Amino acid sequence: MAGLLKKKKEREGGEIPTASMADIAFLLLIFFLVTTTINVDTGIGMTLPPKLDEDQEPPPVRERNMLKILVNAEGRVLIEDRPSAIPRVREEVKKHTLNEGEDPNYAESMAKAVVSLKTDRQTPYDTYINVIDEIWMAYFEMWDAEARAMGFPDYAAYRDYIDENEEENLIRKKIKAQISIAEPDAG
Amino acid sequence: MSTHFKKKSAKSSPSIPMASMPDIIFMLIIFFMVTTVLRETEIQVRTTLPRAEALTKIDQKRLVSYMYIGPLKLANNQLGDTSIQIDDALIEDLPSVRSIMYRKLLDQPRLIVSLRVDQSSEMGIVIDVQQELREAGTLRINYSSKPEMI
Repeated sequence: MAGLLKKKKEREGGEIPTASMADIAFLLLIFFLVTTTINVDTGIGMTLPPKLDEDQEPPPVRERNMLKILVNAEGRVLIEDRPSAIPRVREEVKKHTLNEGEDPNYAESMAKAVVSLKTDRQTPYDTYINVIDEIWMAYFEMWDAEARAMGFPDYAAYRDYIDENEEENLIRKKIKAQISIAEPDAG
Repeated sequence: MSTHFKKKSAKSSPSIPMASMPDIIFMLIIFFMVTTVLRETEIQVRTTLPRAEALTKIDQKRLVSYMYIGPLKLANNQLGDTSIQIDDALIEDLPSVRSIMYRKLLDQPRLIVSLRVDQSSEMGIVIDVQQELREAGTLRINYSSKPEMI
């Protein structure tokens, strides 16, 4: 009996090794550091036109240089007074911008091309975003094509090449994304 | 002399005790967990963002000021009228957007206003807000939207 008791006492001396605890904690810390992503904001960037003075007229744009897109409250689209659909917007914007004076209904030159978007006050916001998105995608695709012509894989690579210095951005200078958001008619 | 030297070396322990290391690290972790405030403004309007393809990332977070437009969240999951929220406060009248944004622009001249608009909102309020932003001079805006689901 006494011998058994003694044996039990000897076993109690066992300990969990704590030397690796620090490593485990560090590993956990590093794992969470690496996997945590601080959510990045994404969106469609726009620049609003500066406020005009009372007596100042908006700069004149020739009718043919302006591609008029109208979106009504039901989300129906009119491009240059012709009924159209949202997926057609991209194609029309490209045709308009890259026209270079060929078709008298579209723009004279890339520099002069303007896209005007007009909505109703009742137009749902997501319809508006869909149309704006299509217009921007048209420009993105044109910029990509331009960058490929200059020997870059895409526009993003070109931007990396010029160090995102917008002053030197020849593609942006050539194809300006001129989008005008018209105010809806009163009433 | 020789004996004295021997005595000294025998007394000093050769290693730092590592047993308390995990406790120190855990203490540090817990300290930072407790003191870090992940301050997320409580959004009082519903903003289900639209989805879009032509997205750009805003990497300079400190330039961004958020504006929330959407139906007011009421008790028991009901939705109220479309309202505007800037930071913590709901905006009662449109012209105050101008003064708030103008003050923000003075603090940060390269301010980007991120419009987090609910997809079911009507364009009327968005256009009114944009007119106010033009008056304030905050011309760089961003229609916050999520990437398209594939």
